[in-house]
Amino acid sequence: MHERLDDYILDIFQNAVEAGSSRVEVELDDSDEHIRVLVKDNGPGMDAGLVRKVLDPFYTDGVKHPNRKVGLGLPFLEQAARQTGGTFRLDSQPGRGTEVEWSFPKNHWDAPPLGDIPRLWLSVLNYPGQHEVVIRRRGAGIDYEVRRSELREALGSMEDVGALALMEEYLRSQEEKE
Amino acid sequence: MAKMTLEELRKLRESSKQELERRDNSGKDIHVIVGMGTSGIASGAKYTLEAFVTLLQEFNITNAIVRQTGSMGLDHAEPTVEIRMPGMPDTIYGRVTPEVAREIVMQHILGKRLVDGHVYDRPSKDIMG
Ligand SMILES: Nc1ncnc2c1ncn2[C@@H]1O[C@H](COP(=O)(O)OP(=O)(O)O)[C@@H](O)[C@H]1O
Repeated sequence: MHERLDDYILDIFQNAVEAGSSRVEVELDDSDEHIRVLVKDNGPGMDAGLVRKVLDPFYTDGVKHPNRKVGLGLPFLEQAARQTGGTFRLDSQPGRGTEVEWSFPKNHWDAPPLGDIPRLWLSVLNYPGQHEVVIRRRGAGIDYEVRRSELREALGSMEDVGALALMEEYLRSQEEKE
Repeated sequence: MAKMTLEELRKLRESSKQELERRDNSGKDIHVIVGMGTSGIASGAKYTLEAFVTLLQEFNITNAIVRQTGSMGLDHAEPTVEIRMPGMPDTIYGRVTPEVAREIVMQHILGKRLVDGHVYDRPSKDIMG
């Protein structure tokens, strides 16, 4: 696996928004020897049959990825998590929403790199739409929560360059260790 | 650097907006649209998005917005970026690394000249299907 953890998070987050969720929560915790991620949405959810399909690496709807080669998406994430001795869980209820939670042991030689967190949040928060995003982040000496609605209110825009530059500065300052 | 509070963020934004209003700001003219479909993400579109925010700010190009869209149908040329602005044709660039983003800002946006070697045509529907 040569994918990056931040790219998996962005991909799973986008699935949640594209499914039509009005609220998506993203938790990222690397305060112990595991990196744990939870992406939880209040979208349409999936029934058991669809869950089986979306976890099957050979399934494609044939429309969005006619010849997809990239190793992102749920099946690849599950495989990567299990191969490194981590965990993977997908719970979905039609009409209620979906939770995807996974973890990687930090010190496994094949665990994907976490990447730059403020840059990840910038892409997550700039993703277009009226949905709410709640980010909860914990790490050694790091503990903060960010809401898209609060940033939008403070900045007046999530797309204007000046607003985005300030938002990134804000996000970087949250990652400072206590 | 101490942790910034939401209140500080709001104040910083207010003062930079007032600064902009003193200059003659002709609306949000420049649109930078980054392709963030699955293959865009896998090719590092996050870096491209951040690079545009940083560069536009660095060159004081304040009348710009940066936003994301899904796949532009050019999976072999990710990361892809479309630039829309007055005085230039709508242009799709491919293989836009942060270094290429710098060329696009300096040459396309500031210099109003296309960046050779990175211009792509929008794929027609029948090729995509
Ligand atoms: N959070 C979610 N809520 C509802 N449906 C989902 C969710 N995540 C994935 N799906 C369904 O699974 C399909 C494929 O998922 P996946 O292969 O991971 O995403 P994609 O190929 O669209 O990036 C989606 O098109 C959607 O129907």
